[in-house]
Amino acid sequence: MTVQEIADALGMACVAGSSGMDREVTSGYASDLLSDVMGHARDGAIWVTSQVHQNVVAVALLLNLSAVVIAGGLQLMEDAAARADARGMPMLSTELPAFEVAGRLYRLGVRGEV
Amino acid sequence: MTARDEHALEMDFAVGRHDFAAAGEVASRVKQVLRQLGIASDLVRRAAVATYEAEMNLVIHSNGGKVVLRVDSERIVVEACDLGPGIPDIELAMREGYSTASDEVREMGFGAGMGLPNMRRCSDSFKIDSSVGRGTTVTTVIYIAEPGS
Repeated sequence: MTVQEIADALGMACVAGSSGMDREVTSGYASDLLSDVMGHARDGAIWVTSQVHQNVVAVALLLNLSAVVIAGGLQLMEDAAARADARGMPMLSTELPAFEVAGRLYRLGVRGEV
Repeated sequence: MTARDEHALEMDFAVGRHDFAAAGEVASRVKQVLRQLGIASDLVRRAAVATYEAEMNLVIHSNGGKVVLRVDSERIVVEACDLGPGIPDIELAMREGYSTASDEVREMGFGAGMGLPNMRRCSDSFKIDSSVGRGTTVTTVIYIAEPGS
């Protein structure tokens, strides 16, 4: 599934990096610890987090993730949004809490790598 | 790296203490350079992760320092050197979950105590030299080809 299809299915808004909405989502990962994500998230993963600063974008780009979901209605910081726009890394926003986002992604067929 | 290796490359990147805004830029540059050199994507990924963690350690813990990338036909070397404060107990620093990062830094999702273990996992050879009051050098080596092949 593409990021766009997932965003549509779960009613999530793209708040930055919309040029990358056609990226293919191949797995999922949820964590607020950046080194945890660095160590374990796979290429193409959609990352669910409540971190909103620009280092999130840096991590997502380095790992070739497909998108980041900012859960819990938190707002992405402006410098992070600018970086995501410049590099086409989709940043999705939702009021749903992280657990709920992960559950709904799973229901759509997205799996973690275990 | 040998002088006769005409493909040898060396690059230096300065990293400032608490420069969170620039964090990730060195890793991003390293990734770009390695890709341009045609290095296999799994090796590029390991080098990028190791560089990111090295860079973050300098930002979070050091008084400033640099990351040096060296590449030749046999290996990728990522070396992070800083000007202190040094690591008093390396074994403890290597323990997953142990961190001396401040609460403020932890709130950003750093300081999980996974940086050095991540670097070790990404490397074929990994070394920490540290002296309290002087500084730390962390060296990550990733082999492109088997040594001596």
